Amino acid sequence: MNHKKTARSESRSSTRLAPVALWGLVLPAIVALLSACSSVPAQHTVRGTGDLGVVIERADGRVQVVETTGRSVLATVPGVGDLSHASVVFSRDARYAYVFGRDGGLTKVDLLLARVDRRVVQAGNAIGGSISHDGRIVVAQNYEPGGIKAFDADTLELLAEVPAVTEDGTRSKVVGLADLSSNRFIYSLFEAGEIWITDLSDPRNPSTQRLAGGKQPYDALVTPDGRYYIAGLFGEDGLAMVDLWNLDKGSRKILSGYGRGETPLPVYKMPHLRGWSIAGGRAYLPAIGRHEVLVVDTDSWQEVGRIPVRSQPVFVMARPDGREIWVNFAFPENGWVQVIDTVGGKVTDTLQPGRAILHMEFLSKGHEVWLSARDDNKVVIYDTATKQPIKTLDSASPSGIFFTSRAARTGF
Amino acid sequence: MKTPSSFPPPRFRAILFAAALAATGPLLAAEVVPEPDPLRTRELIHIVRQDCGSCHGLTLAGGLGPALTAAALADKPAEGLVATIVSGRPGTPMPPFLGIVSEAEAVWIVDQLMRGFPADGGAVPTAQAR
Repeated sequence: MNHKKTARSESRSSTRLAPVALWGLVLPAIVALLSACSSVPAQHTVRGTGDLGVVIERADGRVQVVETTGRSVLATVPGVGDLSHASVVFSRDARYAYVFGRDGGLTKVDLLLARVDRRVVQAGNAIGGSISHDGRIVVAQNYEPGGIKAFDADTLELLAEVPAVTEDGTRSKVVGLADLSSNRFIYSLFEAGEIWITDLSDPRNPSTQRLAGGKQPYDALVTPDGRYYIAGLFGEDGLAMVDLWNLDKGSRKILSGYGRGETPLPVYKMPHLRGWSIAGGRAYLPAIGRHEVLVVDTDSWQEVGRIPVRSQPVFVMARPDGREIWVNFAFPENGWVQVIDTVGGKVTDTLQPGRAILHMEFLSKGHEVWLSARDDNKVVIYDTATKQPIKTLDSASPSGIFFTSRAARTGF
Repeated sequence: MKTPSSFPPPRFRAILFAAALAATGPLLAAEVVPEPDPLRTRELIHIVRQDCGSCHGLTLAGGLGPALTAAALADKPAEGLVATIVSGRPGTPMPPFLGIVSEAEAVWIVDQLMRGFPADGGAVPTAQAR
């Protein structure tokens, strides 16, 4: 671990300079420095979790536990499985991170003790998950076998399973899972093109309502107020939208025909959608096969603009105050990040934070953003006011970065 | 990245290219598929593992896209796989990769996939990156 290396080299130079009498001070300092770098934090330290987070070390099946006040890595937790695609939700008390891995693993990581609390392998191939509003149910969304599974958040005991099978026997991959009020969950079926809402208020007896969706939904979001669900569609120019306050009306299409009939450009990585796209009465959404961010009014759901960007957008994320939108891009343009000013409605900054920027995560008030630079093996922290890097942290092939502030948000 | 327009169309060219190789003998069993230079080889392995891995998984066991393990590909004709890399598969999320990899590199990738794809050695170091 790099920190150890740093600690040792500092201690060597100190001993050359220090008189013998100072050894009594220097030695305990060395011990303290080295133990601070150990992968298990001191058990007696009392601390909160509000400034914690996890970074996925994609290739090694590990997560780093980070703290955002001093901007440091507290610990590394191994044994989390195949994290080629991973996502994380947090317990309501923000002590536990539930990590959903590609291999179908669901791992409950204790952030304070920096260890795996429990782990189950619940499917062959999974894509993510969600947690109920009351925090008692964790739901995994699976590609193989396609469907969702609900688990007790304490024990990870299986409570229920809803296979995503439609009348013709097709089993669909599940995408775009999000939590709704009353322990309901909403998700989309990639092959069947439907939107399902499963009520888990009686966790062992789920009931599911089915809505039309659209062709090949790839991901979806629920707005931060929990009212609207929007599924991005790969197979058609448009998005499917459900008003959850008027469920009897079913879903409708928004932004239909945004591609204007033009041949789509190749999409080398599917965009990701979450409630971070909503800012100031507008939704900022990645176009598919067009190098644009689409802007929609969230009252009328009409397009009010489109912003040309460098390449295929992957994450289109509003800074929490809504003043800026940060955008990263699909391979091979994934070394770039662009910042859109929401007042002017155009790109104001073009940054190169590192090679293969896979993810961005804002601190809850938006003054910093952490970016993972996979091919540089580092996490880069930017000051969003100056657009300058503040610090980098070593991280092996980092992908997702998840802060515990997500624990308090619908749709995260 | 835009797909360069060209004639014959990429898909057809890829099939021709693979067929030309195949005509000289079994493409992937006995024939030696030329390996790119070491730096490019490392880069290609990294691209396949990491970026193809976005959809197909780092272990190539599948995701939104199908599994690309040797076992999963065993009964698939190599020419078709090369054509899929070069030209994509319309109607699915699989995009054309011509321009990012050459046809010859696609043939090499398919050959490696069918043998069991090598482990990722990481990105090419910055100083050597092109």
